[in-house]
Amino acid sequence: MEIVMCFVIGFLFMAAVYLMLSKSLLRIIIGTGILSHGAHLLLLTMGGLRGSAPPVVSPGVTNYADPLPQALILTAIVISFGVTAFFLVLAYRSYQELETDNMNLMRGSEDYD
Amino acid sequence: MINLLLFPILLPFFFAIILMFFPKKRFTQRIITIVGLLSTLIAATILLITVKTNGIQAITLGSWPAPFGISMVSDMLSVLLVLSSTLITLIVVWYSFTSIGKAREENFYYPGVLFMLTGVNGAFTTGDIFNMFVFFEVLLMASYLLIVLGGEKVQLRESIKYILVNIISSALFVVTVAYLYSVVGTLNMADISVKISQLGQPGIITVIAVLFLIVFGLKGAIFPLYFWLPSTYAAPPIPVLALFGALLTKVGVYAIMRTYTLFFTLDQSFTHELLMIISILTIIAGCIGALAYFDVKKIIIYNIIIAVGVILFGASQMNEASLMGSIFYLIHDILIKGALFLLIGVIIAITGTSNLKKMGGLIKYYPMLGWTYLVAAFGLAGIPPLSGFVGKLLIIQGGFEAGNLWGGIVILASSLVVLLSVMRIFIYAFWGEPVEITPLTKRHYRGLFTPAVILVGISVLYGAGSEWLVPYMSDAADVMLNPSQYIQAVLGGA
Repeated sequence: MEIVMCFVIGFLFMAAVYLMLSKSLLRIIIGTGILSHGAHLLLLTMGGLRGSAPPVVSPGVTNYADPLPQALILTAIVISFGVTAFFLVLAYRSYQELETDNMNLMRGSEDYD
Repeated sequence: MINLLLFPILLPFFFAIILMFFPKKRFTQRIITIVGLLSTLIAATILLITVKTNGIQAITLGSWPAPFGISMVSDMLSVLLVLSSTLITLIVVWYSFTSIGKAREENFYYPGVLFMLTGVNGAFTTGDIFNMFVFFEVLLMASYLLIVLGGEKVQLRESIKYILVNIISSALFVVTVAYLYSVVGTLNMADISVKISQLGQPGIITVIAVLFLIVFGLKGAIFPLYFWLPSTYAAPPIPVLALFGALLTKVGVYAIMRTYTLFFTLDQSFTHELLMIISILTIIAGCIGALAYFDVKKIIIYNIIIAVGVILFGASQMNEASLMGSIFYLIHDILIKGALFLLIGVIIAITGTSNLKKMGGLIKYYPMLGWTYLVAAFGLAGIPPLSGFVGKLLIIQGGFEAGNLWGGIVILASSLVVLLSVMRIFIYAFWGEPVEITPLTKRHYRGLFTPAVILVGISVLYGAGSEWLVPYMSDAADVMLNPSQYIQAVLGGA
């Protein structure tokens, strides 16, 4: 099971890198979304996919899934929500101000200001 | 007072929350920020004395036994960094009163600064690798706010790059923590250190060590990963630039020093050799940049990169002299970079430009500013009575002891380049033909110049009083050389 997850995560990372190397800002943000999906799935996978019961204490169950990676992922998800929301609003503001979403035109030199 | 080591994190956090209730009352905002930072400074000083007398302070939150809860650890290195970050934030906030402007002050500037200090102090104090990720995000989120606040075109453009680089490095941090967790099965830093030494550092741990170097190197701007720093740091206003330049890269450097002295100590011929080569390349790249520009901001920004290289070279040598030198240089660099950015802020405010070729003759109108800048410039280069000397001396001594002659020679040569680059600012801006300037009002000038001169004064004292600081620095280096003390403090007898 872990090996399948590894291939899926690798594909997600590949797609994320490809999107983040593109010109359009919105594609880059989609890339960061996919990158964080990959990172979260990797946390889950690296914690091990053993254990059948969800980590909620109930009588008679001994085979729990590892609760720690789930807590880490929950933390990482809300953090990346916050950052992505900020990034999207920033992209919107810079579209209004700079009037482009092409990263090649966002250079520091005088000609492009 | 067992919770003492949490106060430098909780106090700025608490005051930042209070400040968010009345953003439009500028005067109250200023008073409360200063009160908050002064109380943080007092707490950090008491903590420094406690750590000096009683050894490493460690608590695990919620009274869980050590590897299961989140540990907070304050050893001498982290408490020195907490103290100097709080000091620099206090002085930068004082400088901001005059320079940051009404619009930013009314839009959560001070809460942003305090939240960033929360994150920085937390990252220095934490003893848990995932908690360190969270504190990194706290300081990064606050820095996103500070870099874009004001919404000028250049700020919007550069903050997109800054945020993108940091999102990627944060995702890499999560990935690295995931790999480390799957190998050692724990997140507590002391416990990780124990588990790695039990495993004898197999190849996968060395891979993780390099991944950590990439992650923290993106935050701390080491050689192939510094590409984002020069243009993004030039975008925000001067006080924000001073905070970033003094603190943010240092957090990455601290994280590299911590992980490479606590975790990855068994395969030094690979990991520390790599760190050494990269740090020398960082110094060279920074030197090229510092000489290439005629923009005062860019010159000092490239000096940040040089300093990162020097500190990491010291950290890579792993003997007492070089580690002590790194810590001396780290604190010195926090102080002097803050001071230099504030001083060039004054120069930019007077001349209205950051282009060196359009300046000249300032010494005629502002002699005090000129001589203060000269002292700061000599301090940066490491002229003996001033602050940069002892650190560099010890780093080079450590490098020679470890048999890395070339590294020491590169650092010595880089000092000349550093001196040349900052003296160029002095020669162009203060000497030469006077150009037309719009003189500042006395009150405005004093508001900008007083905090800067006090910071230069502190750095001079730091250099002159290095003899008294030696016991503190050697305590800090001692913990880095013998991680067993750290482990003992966190895990107790186990």
